[in-house]
Amino acid sequence: MQSQYDKPVPHIDEESRPYWAALKREKLILKRCLACSRHHFYPRILCPHCHSCELKWSEASGLGTIYSFTIARRGAGPAFSADAPYAVAIVELDEGVRMMTNIVIENVDILAIGQRVGVIFEHVTEDVTLPKFKLIGS
Amino acid sequence: MLEPMTPLQVQALAAHSALHDAGIEMQDVDGLLVANTWGIPGAGQVPTITMAEYFGITPRFVDGTSIGGAAFEAHVGHAALALEAGRCEVALITYGSTQKSERSRSLAGRPASLTMQYETPWGMPTPIGGYALSAMRHMHEFGTTSEQLAEVAVSARKWASLNPDAMMRGPLSVEDVLSSRMISDPLHQLDACLVTDGGGAIVMTTADHARALGKTPVFVRGCGEANTHLTVSSMPDMARLTSAQIAGQQAFERAGVTHSAIDVVEVYDSFTITVLMTLEALGFCQAGEGGAFVSSSRTAPGGAFPMNTNGGGLSYAHPGMYGIFLLVEAVRQLRGECGPRQVKDAVNALVHGTGGTLSSGATCILSLK
Repeated sequence: MQSQYDKPVPHIDEESRPYWAALKREKLILKRCLACSRHHFYPRILCPHCHSCELKWSEASGLGTIYSFTIARRGAGPAFSADAPYAVAIVELDEGVRMMTNIVIENVDILAIGQRVGVIFEHVTEDVTLPKFKLIGS
Repeated sequence: MLEPMTPLQVQALAAHSALHDAGIEMQDVDGLLVANTWGIPGAGQVPTITMAEYFGITPRFVDGTSIGGAAFEAHVGHAALALEAGRCEVALITYGSTQKSERSRSLAGRPASLTMQYETPWGMPTPIGGYALSAMRHMHEFGTTSEQLAEVAVSARKWASLNPDAMMRGPLSVEDVLSSRMISDPLHQLDACLVTDGGGAIVMTTADHARALGKTPVFVRGCGEANTHLTVSSMPDMARLTSAQIAGQQAFERAGVTHSAIDVVEVYDSFTITVLMTLEALGFCQAGEGGAFVSSSRTAPGGAFPMNTNGGGLSYAHPGMYGIFLLVEAVRQLRGECGPRQVKDAVNALVHGTGGTLSSGATCILSLK
């Protein structure tokens, strides 16, 4: 855990508490619809695909593909400045959902759309663990 | 250059000027439509109430639809419905911003609450990062190049050079854009709109009333709108602008005109990529062909496709929610008031606003007929 984490942290609420609690235990969980069998992200109380409220948490594989990415050459506000350049990506998980994240990598210039990634867990505060990704395989 | 002022003063001056131009008194305004980023938290949370009070009017129709920079194109559609239904006789749309003077524009994201808790913690520069993610995907799927994106900025600058009111009028080359600082790959500083103050106002009334006023009326032929997402990861397809596709299709159907009948196009250019994706989604070219479409100065003065003729958000002004200026410029073009940048014999104009992070879109087709 990092001392003095000054970047924005999620305002954990009633709906998101199970999600963030699972991440703290190093598990990435998704909501899956029992009616249409599809996953969605971010977690909601109704399925955004078929609008059923019959949903269940399920653990994700943690594997996915870079759908798109950008390199922040300067930080998104002062708290991120020291990290620049860093990679912000939309990762498409194998379960079919997309999420915003960072790709943790030394040389950001080798990133490409379509590269395979796996989740890593960054414990940033006592309550908050951010899911980030790194390149896997070749 | 005007003295520093508040967003309320900016709107009052813009409204005063637009009403004078139309030949209508403020006391006759009975519909008020406002979108804003000022005064939040506070008076700006209820912008139509605050502006009605400030103007000294009691409107019987108000609309505070706030969908980012596309809000004013949506307001035109909503005002048209209200006028047709007899809910008001004169609708006033206003916008004012002093974001540059306040230094309130920032790359930092929205507070990480509710849906933003799933995006803000990762430090995407806002708003440019969202557009950069789309640009990167567009390049991946279609082979779009940075040079093609730069053409959009270069053509906008050429129009701005013909507009004495534009902020940035000096020469600009593709090389200048490509050598400007990279902010969020693949978008450079000069792929991004300006940060300025500014304001504008639109007056709408019934066709019969407009004809009786003596000023050349511009008619609203068709409107459409749609929005798809606020969190960037929820954009249905990052290489395609779904909101513009839906909005544009509705507007063309309602207007009963085809693409070839459009003489001048004003589309939101928050970033160069916004323009390519908008032109594709509106059907002026196929998906993925936007880069080739804007090449060879096609959208510049003298080109086959006159677009963003005031210099756009890239070179004219961009006070946060630029959409009102698209409408103002389209009206000026149709009235033949544009001097050296006038598009000859322009009869039909298409205006398309884009708001949020490619989140919302609204189209208006305006005509002298």
